[in-house]
Formats: sequence, C-alpha cells, structure tokens
Amino acid sequence: MTLLELTDVTAFYGPVQVLDTVSLSVPEGGAVGILGANGAGKTTTLRAISGTVRAGGSIVFDGKDIRGLRPDQIAQLGIAHVPEGRGTLGDLTVRENLRVGAYTRKDRKNIAGDIDYCLELFPQLKERITSNASALSGGEQQMLAVARAFMAKPRLLLLDEASLGLAPSTAKTVYDSIKRLRAESGIAMVVVEQNANLAFTLVESATVLETGRNVLTGSSAELKGMDEIRRAYLGG
Amino acid sequence: MGTFIQLVIDGLSSGSIYAALALAIVLVNQATGLINFAQGGMAVLSAYIAWQLTAWSVPLLLAILISIAASFVIGAIVERFLIRKFEGGDPDTAVVVTIGLLTLITGICAWIWSYNNKLFPSLFPLETISIAGAVVSVRSIGTILAIVAIMVLLQLLFLGTKLGLALRAVAINPQSAAFSGMPVGRLLMVGWGLAASLGAVAGALVAPQLTLTPNMMDSALVYALAAVIIGGLTSPIGVVIAAWLIGVLENLAAVYVPLIGHDLKIAVPFIMIFVVLIVRPQGLFGRKAVVRV
Repeated sequence: MTLLELTDVTAFYGPVQVLDTVSLSVPEGGAVGILGANGAGKTTTLRAISGTVRAGGSIVFDGKDIRGLRPDQIAQLGIAHVPEGRGTLGDLTVRENLRVGAYTRKDRKNIAGDIDYCLELFPQLKERITSNASALSGGEQQMLAVARAFMAKPRLLLLDEASLGLAPSTAKTVYDSIKRLRAESGIAMVVVEQNANLAFTLVESATVLETGRNVLTGSSAELKGMDEIRRAYLGG
Repeated sequence: MGTFIQLVIDGLSSGSIYAALALAIVLVNQATGLINFAQGGMAVLSAYIAWQLTAWSVPLLLAILISIAASFVIGAIVERFLIRKFEGGDPDTAVVVTIGLLTLITGICAWIWSYNNKLFPSLFPLETISIAGAVVSVRSIGTILAIVAIMVLLQLLFLGTKLGLALRAVAINPQSAAFSGMPVGRLLMVGWGLAASLGAVAGALVAPQLTLTPNMMDSALVYALAAVIIGGLTSPIGVVIAAWLIGVLENLAAVYVPLIGHDLKIAVPFIMIFVVLIVRPQGLFGRKAVVRV
C-alpha cells in the first residue's frame, strides 16, 4: 500500500528551476531516504510535499492529490515536517512546543501520555521541560523538533537534515531515538540527509538526486554496495 | 499629601488608557511584527459605534460590548483584506499602509459624524471618594480596575488556553506553526480582532474625559507608543507598567516641576523615551532581539 507518491514533481524559486521530474514512493510505514549534494533539491522536495513551495507534477498522499493545499491543511492530513533549522518555537517552553505539536489532535486525553512518551524517548528534554526552546543546545532542539512533530501523531514524518550541525555522537543519539520511535509507532518517513551512513541506519530504500532529478533509486543494501555512492556519500 | 495621592491615582487612570492602546499595539506587533499606527484611529471608530448605539438609546454597557464585538470583526477584516497583502514584504511599506489607514478612518469618522465634539457618557458614576485624605474620582478607580482586569484576562488567554498558545506560536514562527496544522491566516485575523477590541475598550474609557472627536486618540497614541518603547515590545506587563509610569510622572511633573507645568507635560514621555533608548534600547522589560548571522 503506497502512502505517498510523487510523480515528475517540478518546482521553481523565481525563474530558477530547482526540481525537474522528481519521483518518490513511500509505502505505508516505510522509510525512504533522499540523498544528494547541496542544491540537488532534497529540501525543496520536502517543501513541495508539505506545501511550502509551489510544485508541478503530482503529489498523492493516501490517495488524495495534496498539491496546492496550504501547509496547515497538509499537516492536518497527517504529514509532519521537521524542517531544516528545526523550526522549534524559541520563546515557548519545551512543554509548550510539544503542546503546539498536538494542536490538531482531537484525542485530548492522550496528549499528556504522549508528552511523557517523548520525554522518555528523549530524556534530555525532561530536564529542560520548563526552559524556553531557545535555551536548548542544538542537539536538544533537534530532539524537540522531532518530538513536536511526533505529538501530531502523523502518518508521515518529513525529516530534513536532522544531523546538521550536531556532533557525531549527538547525531547518532538523535537517529537512534528516531529509529526507536519508528519501530514503536510505525510512522512512515521521508529522510533527507547529507550523512548517508546515518540515513542508511534508518531507511530501507533511498533515491539520489542530482540537479533536481532522480539519478539512482534502490534499496539501502543495493545503494550501499555501489561504488559511486560509496565514493560520493559514504566517505570512500 | 492629599494632592500627591490624587495626582498619582489620576496618573494611573490616564496611564491605564494609554496601556489599553499600548497592549493592542503589542498584540499586533507580536502577531505580525508590525506597528499599527491606525490602532488609535480604529479605537475612535469603535467609540463612535458605541456612541451611535447610545444615540439610538441602547444602554451604555450593552453599546460598549457591541462595539467591542464589532471592533473584533473590523480588526479581522482589516488584517484579511488589507494588511495580509503586505505581510512578509517590506515592513516599511506596511507601516506606511497603517498610517494611511489612520488617515482614512479619521476621515470616514469625520464624514459620518463630523468634527464636532460629541458627549460620551461615562460607565462610572461621576462621584468622588476620599482615600487617605485625597479626593479621588470613581471614574479613575474604575478605569484602573478595568485595565487590571483586562491584563489578567489577556494573561489567562495567552498562558492558559489553546487559542492563546496558537496565537503565540504563530507570532513566533508562522511557518513552523503551520507545520503543526495551525491555520496561520485565521489566527492572524483573531490577533488583529483582539487588538481592535482592546482599542475599543480604550476608546470607551477615554471618550467621556476628552469628548468624542475623530482625532481623540491622536495624543493617546503618542503616549501608547511611548509606553511600548519604554516597556519593551515583547512584554505586555512591562508595557502596562510603563504606561502607568508615564501617566503618573507626567502628572507629577506638571505640578511639582515648575519648568514643565501643564503646557509641557507631553514632553515627559519623550524625555523618558530618550533616556530609556540610551540606557536600555530593548525597553525596561523587553528582551534584546538576537539575530543569528
């Protein structure tokens, strides 16, 4: 069962074409990586899905074309975007950020339990629960960004460069927690990552973008075995 | 001593009116990053709506409540159909738009209701009571209590409700708020609506003292902006305290500093702005804006 299907998606920033026929298929509960160099269109692909960039082609989520919907409408359908730069709300406390994440939920009585779950998943956040998000370290902010997205109980999580700017050990901690979150919740994921080694710990398949096009698509095992992937993204 | 207490309480009372308008300005600024120079003009329009209703023999309190509700709608409409077009663009353009809106609303009020002063009935009885030997008007006390009540309500709204949390989230980062499913546009309309309602309260409190004219709020707007600068744009409570401070110091200076007197007392907030901007540019209670580069 396909949850998200992108077919020949295009996107422009002004006159500059950033996406030129990007396709992507995410099965229900699956995790798909998007790899590629700077400027290849990874982030823009996520933005096209979450409605923050106007896109051409077709973007079908759960059988419904979501192209042209506003970002908040797309979020309501069950797509949570953890943007590059994390997008945590600096002047709100950690707990308030988590409550913002739960904004669309109708099952109010389960929210407190899910906040507890997030704090168990990311124990560092527990100590900072009443701090403003702006006072957190980069790693803690990334954890908060993921936890906030989870609080929406989405069906699909868009994860943009969760390791950016983090120390390698912190990045690994974040990815380990996301892996656990995925195993326990079954949320499908689209994972954009420069660090392909980290991405492959989380996703079953991936596509490689170059100047806004898919140049390679395959399972994680296939891609890891390819010389060109190893040279370009896995450090030899 | 009696004079002193009287001056302080009257100062707190006029400070409360500046505070209501200043809170409206802060609300809009927090939601959209704009300074709405038309906030005073919109408050005058609200006061005229209330006045018109009383002229049609609607009871005063009900007339004011209706004008508060109508102002909410007007504020939301202004955001949706005017300000929305300039959000995210050059902030200077948007500021000029609000100044244009001020002129427009003042003109519309004058066109419908003329420039002649209209008597606006007071919500509070025109009696005086004696506090520690000072003669204080019930109106002053009522005005102060009204603003304290509004402050408490706003605090409850922003800290205790889901709507308040959403308004704050949208103000901090609209895109991020949208990623959590918040309808940013509708929440901005609510923010502007609330601000306009606050302005309506300010209008209803000030109109009985100044009598209603299309330019009634012009000097109050100056004081409110001073309170916003002195208190700090990010701190609603700071802004109210600053507004009270302005009201009280102005009154005291007029009487106790012969050089200033009643004619020059409008200089007081400007002197305060000057000092605060030199010593603490983010305002007495505001947070410094930190821009990462």
